[in-house]
Amino acid sequence: MTALRADLAIIQKWVKPGSQVLDLGCGEGQLLKYLQEEKNVRGYGLEINPEKLTACIRNGVNVIEQNLDNGLGNFADNSSDTVIMTQALQAVKRPDELLDEMLRIGKEAIVTFPNFGYWKTRFYLLLKGRMPMSDTLPYNWYDTPNIHMCTFRDFEILCHEKGIRILNRTVMDDQHQQHWSIGLWPGMLGEIAVYHITRR
Amino acid sequence: MPDVIPENSVGLVTPKTHHFDEPLTLRSGRVLKEYDLVYETYGELNADRSNAILICHALSGDHHAAGYHSMDEKKPGWWDTCIGPGKVIDTNVFYVVSLNNLGGCSGSTGPTSINPETGKVYGPEFPICAVRDWVNSQARLADVLGIDVWAAVVGGSLGGMQVLRWSIQFPERLKHAVVIASAPKLSAQNIAFNEVARQAIAKDPDFHDGWYHEHNTLPKAGLMQARMLGHLTYLSDDAMKQKFGRELRAEEFNFSFAPEFQVESYLHYQGEKFSTRFDANTYMLMTKALDYFDPAAAYGDDLVACLSNAQCRFLVVSFTTDWRFAPERSEEIVNALVHADKDVSYACIESTSGHDAFLLPIPRYLDVFKAYMDGVADRCGLSGGQS
Repeated sequence: MTALRADLAIIQKWVKPGSQVLDLGCGEGQLLKYLQEEKNVRGYGLEINPEKLTACIRNGVNVIEQNLDNGLGNFADNSSDTVIMTQALQAVKRPDELLDEMLRIGKEAIVTFPNFGYWKTRFYLLLKGRMPMSDTLPYNWYDTPNIHMCTFRDFEILCHEKGIRILNRTVMDDQHQQHWSIGLWPGMLGEIAVYHITRR
Repeated sequence: MPDVIPENSVGLVTPKTHHFDEPLTLRSGRVLKEYDLVYETYGELNADRSNAILICHALSGDHHAAGYHSMDEKKPGWWDTCIGPGKVIDTNVFYVVSLNNLGGCSGSTGPTSINPETGKVYGPEFPICAVRDWVNSQARLADVLGIDVWAAVVGGSLGGMQVLRWSIQFPERLKHAVVIASAPKLSAQNIAFNEVARQAIAKDPDFHDGWYHEHNTLPKAGLMQARMLGHLTYLSDDAMKQKFGRELRAEEFNFSFAPEFQVESYLHYQGEKFSTRFDANTYMLMTKALDYFDPAAAYGDDLVACLSNAQCRFLVVSFTTDWRFAPERSEEIVNALVHADKDVSYACIESTSGHDAFLLPIPRYLDVFKAYMDGVADRCGLSGGQS
């Protein structure tokens, strides 16, 4: 078994053995495969990239071709224990509605996204006067799939407004590494966050 | 006609026939006292009989799914694209069984067979079969071949309906179900198309209420019309535009009602070819089986409850421009399987070829299908023959 990407390694710790998961934008299905093999977890992944979908099938995980922007109405209330979405929140049409959907289907949800409040991003805009680009955000403003960038603070305010409870938050750099120093000022120093949330 | 048999072909194949003496009670209540099933097999059955794949054919298909019957045969079997050594359904790994369904016209007992009770051809008196009758007869063939559990049952269109039926009728007898370009039941529009096709046949003066053999004739015009209608519903607008556009056979209009556009002569050719090879009563019967199929009806129209009986894993595949068996219909199956907490994967393949796509070598389709079949081999503990 190959080592899990660092953010997935954090996520898997929050998934209970023997539970049911739904992974939105599941990529090649590495997380589902790991959870299936190591934690006896059952579930489905949703993916729209053809190559990634085929890779999921090769990985022996259940994958369904479905666009997150078309909603999740085909999944029943409380049909999953945990709904997971890694690095896709900022790319969907209505992140707020999708969050509601995730917590309708799952008792808990795990969300990761890039922090637009990262200090380099802030300085890029401040000094260059242009929409920030970086290794994490390599796109031009006009062709980026990331149409709803937010900061950690934005996300937490949205959760508060929606009555969503944050169970846990882990902040990392762009290599998905945790450093004690990020904790000094996470909203400024963290590039990616993993949030574990639930309905209040 | 192949000068040389391609290396990835199953090669020359010979159909086999099994005669069944045990009566088969059909959904209609009628009983077939005895019958034949004609079938082909590709690959070798392994010692523990765990590598068998059943292929279920669609409306106009038959047992000849792969390879060649002779060096004179122009085209290989209807699903040669997917069945053969190293192909999607790898005959180096799997033992593949493909049969002609009851009521067919390619060797299994059907309307063109002799009714042992009357000594004459069954004709229109051959009982209309339902999908479940085919599945029951396929299960008996499995018994004869010593196959307790299929590694997978695979089919497209009407074949996919047989696969669904297998999963709920004999849940313990298959490990995987591959349902391609299919639906949990026909829509009113689909039934309507079938009825127009049947009427075209029935209204042909040569049909004689199905007794055309006794009149030494064939309802060729009716069958041709039925096929032309069917065929154009299997294509997409895009596919027809690409293939024919508004191209004319001649330079200019000749202001007659003879076929002038290429698309017209294509349809004529397809209809003509079909009307000489296929039996009209079989066509009527097969379209009825399509219309009747609705496994959820016995569960208060609850497809989730219906599929809850299934024990196998599923792959469901649809094609973007298939409007006869649209992606939404496949998604009904997928959603019901998800609600029933079954293992299922689903791919909607981009294609311009309409319903016909399921028979074509579309790279992404073959990739997905191959990935799944390799997984079938893994989960069934089959080794060798794969990369």
